Amino acid sequence: MSDETRVTRRALLAGAALTAGGVLLERLPLGATPPGPPAGDPSLVPGGATTATSARSPFETPARTPAGILTGPAYSPIHEFTGTITPNDLVFERHHGGVAMIDPKQYKLLVHGLVDRSMVFTLDDLKRFPSVSRVHFIECSGNGRNGYRDAKPELTPQMIDGLTSNGEWTGVPLSTVLREVGVRRSATWFLAEGGDAAKLSRSIPIEKAWDDALLVYAFNGEPLRPANGYPMRLLLPGFEANTCVKWLRRIKLVDQPNMSRDETAKYTDPLPDGTARQFSFVMDAKSIITRPAAPSRIERGWHEISGLAWSGRGKIARVDVSTNGGKQWTEAQLQEPILWKAHTRFRLMWEWDGRSATLMSRAIDETGYVQPTLAVFESGRGPGTDFHFNHIRSWIVKPDGVVQYGVGL
Amino acid sequence: MMTTSRAIILAGGVALLAAASCQRDTPTQRASAGQLESAVVDARPAPALPTRFGTFGRRATPAEIRAWNIDVNASGVGLPPGRGTYARGATLFAAQCAVCHGAHGEGIPPIPRLIGREPRDSFPFGRDAKYVKTIGNYWPYATTVYDYINRAMPFPAPGSLRPDDVYSLAAFLLAENEVIDRHTVIDARALRNIRMPARDRFVVDNRSGGRGFR
Repeated sequence: MSDETRVTRRALLAGAALTAGGVLLERLPLGATPPGPPAGDPSLVPGGATTATSARSPFETPARTPAGILTGPAYSPIHEFTGTITPNDLVFERHHGGVAMIDPKQYKLLVHGLVDRSMVFTLDDLKRFPSVSRVHFIECSGNGRNGYRDAKPELTPQMIDGLTSNGEWTGVPLSTVLREVGVRRSATWFLAEGGDAAKLSRSIPIEKAWDDALLVYAFNGEPLRPANGYPMRLLLPGFEANTCVKWLRRIKLVDQPNMSRDETAKYTDPLPDGTARQFSFVMDAKSIITRPAAPSRIERGWHEISGLAWSGRGKIARVDVSTNGGKQWTEAQLQEPILWKAHTRFRLMWEWDGRSATLMSRAIDETGYVQPTLAVFESGRGPGTDFHFNHIRSWIVKPDGVVQYGVGL
Repeated sequence: MMTTSRAIILAGGVALLAAASCQRDTPTQRASAGQLESAVVDARPAPALPTRFGTFGRRATPAEIRAWNIDVNASGVGLPPGRGTYARGATLFAAQCAVCHGAHGEGIPPIPRLIGREPRDSFPFGRDAKYVKTIGNYWPYATTVYDYINRAMPFPAPGSLRPDDVYSLAAFLLAENEVIDRHTVIDARALRNIRMPARDRFVVDNRSGGRGFR
């Protein structure tokens, strides 16, 4: 900003302060954030000045749930959101060695293994490739564990399903970069590895690279946040988030899966028949009503039942809502545009008569897959299963209007 | 009420912006309508892209690959020269691992348990939520022990262990899990030849969408 502009704006501010007869405004430094909620009628005094970045209204305080440890999850407040896009500062987090801080000038991606040319790309190199922007959800495959393994009436949508986020990712298709290095016919998998302290590594079938895998450097129009993989992460649309390796530093083309810790000891699904499902990448269709939900108390009368549905196999085709514990279902309205492998908002107006009610939502995706009931899920996967918890979630509305998580329903 | 008044303010703001931009844009639009039409008709197709651009990125040097090529796979590819013993592993574990994982590898939640073969070989983890997974009762490959410790442990200083240290910790953990005896010296060959108790428990994902739950 030039000195001239600064003088002009200061003069304007002083003039405004004089006009309003206020002393307070003169003391307000240019660019300062307005302090807290206003005391009087905001139509009778000038408001605050513009700021370099905009803060939330002091009346709105959505927050994640930092765990205070380097490996714990921070759940996203999905019950505070409308629409489908997750604000960048509220995207969920789950790390395995803390949040790596990487200087973009030092960043490089090594692509090697069964390739014609082992290559190193800087961030600028990767940004020079043709870019694409796509809206996708990203979900931890442990999402829903609290609601299944540790169910309590006071659980909120945030603590049940807050490990999913959705937004517009920008980057370069992995296939573009693989064409640059030349992949050999013998390469059937690729290993993706992070540059964080965990050097998290996952093996992915090569087909995903040619299909829709992206190397992304931006989310919702700005560079990724450090906690979400800055400056570059892998995004495998529809796959469990652990495979979407953050702080990506290496891709190695290989002829067999590595059998790394996160694809053997973790992120495998023990089943009741004494086996464990491995490489269970895809997040099956699920949904959750985010309003009304715990903790809240509703009044008699009309309410909008609203929630999110998504599928790692494509578009959401339909969402049904029940207000009587699954005895009857009504087709909810889906917010257009319905995007592929993305959060889809559903809504249904409901008039509550003051009697006990059990609210449920059931997602159906374009493959015809129907979100299973808790009973079906439990008999198929067992009470001890560890990932991919996509059973129907329930909310009980008690006669006093208190809404609680439907434990065991 | 607040929501309504906000909505009105927003709507007003949008209307003002729209009006302002109309005033600014209308003369230009009027002047260029004809040109715009011919520009659309005349637009050339985007250039065909090459399979390779050839100018982004550079060849990796052997040193760069060596520095980062740390993975060890289930066939043992990537295991370095070196060897480790139970005794050395026990000392290292007590000094660098026990603070988080417990003196006997019992785990200090949320840090996972590492040691324990219960409930022996029945693999009941799906049907019974009370059992805790360990290296001995759940991990399908011994090579993973090397790969993971080498890349990520000890937690405060990952990458600080030498190959003999990692082999020794593998020897200690595998012996404590009753997979090998305490006299077995672990090197690349020994590690890749170990068959873990849960090796055959893992099955490929059979979910595929569509009707029916799996």
